[in-house]
Amino acid sequence: MKFLCVECDQQLTFEERRLPGDGTLAAAFRCPRCGRVIALLTNPMETQLVASLGVKIGGTTVPPQPLETVRGMVTTGRDEAFDDAARPDPAPAGPHWSAAAQERLARVPGFVRGMVKRIYLDYAKERGIAEITPAVMDTARSELGLEGM
Amino acid sequence: MPLNIRTYHELTEADRSGLAAQIDAQRRRVAARVATVGRVVAVMSGKGGVGKSFVTAGLARALARGGVATGVLDADLNGPTIPALLELARARCTVRPDGVEPAVNPDGVRCFSMALLLADGRPLGFRGPETESHVWRETLETAALREFLADVAWGPLDRLLVDLPPGVQRFQELVELLPAPPAVLTVTIPTAESRDAVRRAMHAAAARGAGLVGVIENMVGGPFAGDAGAALAAEFGVPLLARIPWHPAAETWRELALRV
Repeated sequence: MKFLCVECDQQLTFEERRLPGDGTLAAAFRCPRCGRVIALLTNPMETQLVASLGVKIGGTTVPPQPLETVRGMVTTGRDEAFDDAARPDPAPAGPHWSAAAQERLARVPGFVRGMVKRIYLDYAKERGIAEITPAVMDTARSELGLEGM
Repeated sequence: MPLNIRTYHELTEADRSGLAAQIDAQRRRVAARVATVGRVVAVMSGKGGVGKSFVTAGLARALARGGVATGVLDADLNGPTIPALLELARARCTVRPDGVEPAVNPDGVRCFSMALLLADGRPLGFRGPETESHVWRETLETAALREFLADVAWGPLDRLLVDLPPGVQRFQELVELLPAPPAVLTVTIPTAESRDAVRRAMHAAAARGAGLVGVIENMVGGPFAGDAGAALAAEFGVPLLARIPWHPAAETWRELALRV
């Protein structure tokens, strides 16, 4: 899937992704020559089909997690299926989790919680974020395309 | 005046989305993981209920007991039975930097299965819109199979047996995921009905370039009459590797393991 600014004969470049939380996706693309921005809007079925391939429109900046698609998409997994403690912490000295962020993380199903925690830690570390808050989690979710996490 | 529109392959500028590159990276991860596997062997049949999983588990245990480093990937995502057949205790799957550790049974067989992950008695369910789920469900199951191949830390193996569900669809997906077609072991029961269904599966496997290792006839000596195993072996020019009785002895599996 690529987008072309016909007038400029330039391939549009990915700018931003938004996941409103209703299964839809909005991705903005900009023409590098004229600056025009267009938005790709997908319905839940289209969003799901792309996610089912294990790819993300706009790409991602954090490394893929083991069994990321399975853990992110299976809804009938057992809470105690995985032990994520064996992986070294990417940032032992931080970042810090705010109380609200910890509360939100605790509500994530156990099947996927360890992986979600790791993704947010990788995201915060990569950007030098000192404290993970619900706002940081929301931004990361959109930037990384973590629908449902 | 018609618009001058370049086509997909004519656009070669850098693309941050890089969907094709993401797919390529997935394929490379699978290839890197199976590079340490001597031989991937798909256990298939065109028919359900012939005992593929039973044969897979029996063969895997005999291989492992004979000193052959063996893994079993349970590709029957909706009806996984391999962990029970391998007498695996349920435990947490350890996630390490290089992947998820497979479970290991008392014989040393390494195994990964959806049965290790699902809550008791629950079917495999996916998050997603319920309407038109046929559009995306098979794609998601293929992604799960890909991750079982690429993200499980199988380690060096002489044999990785892939226990396929009935039919040929999962086999086709497996072929598309692997860097080279797997070897194929086919399982049948003696009946003519099974022969006809398994014949179709063997043709499908051969058409995708898979090497047919041989035929195993299961449930011999029971209520099922026929000679499907011998007939299929002769038709495809492959060995009839074993005729497995209803209650196979350890020797049956040992002999089979020596021939695979």
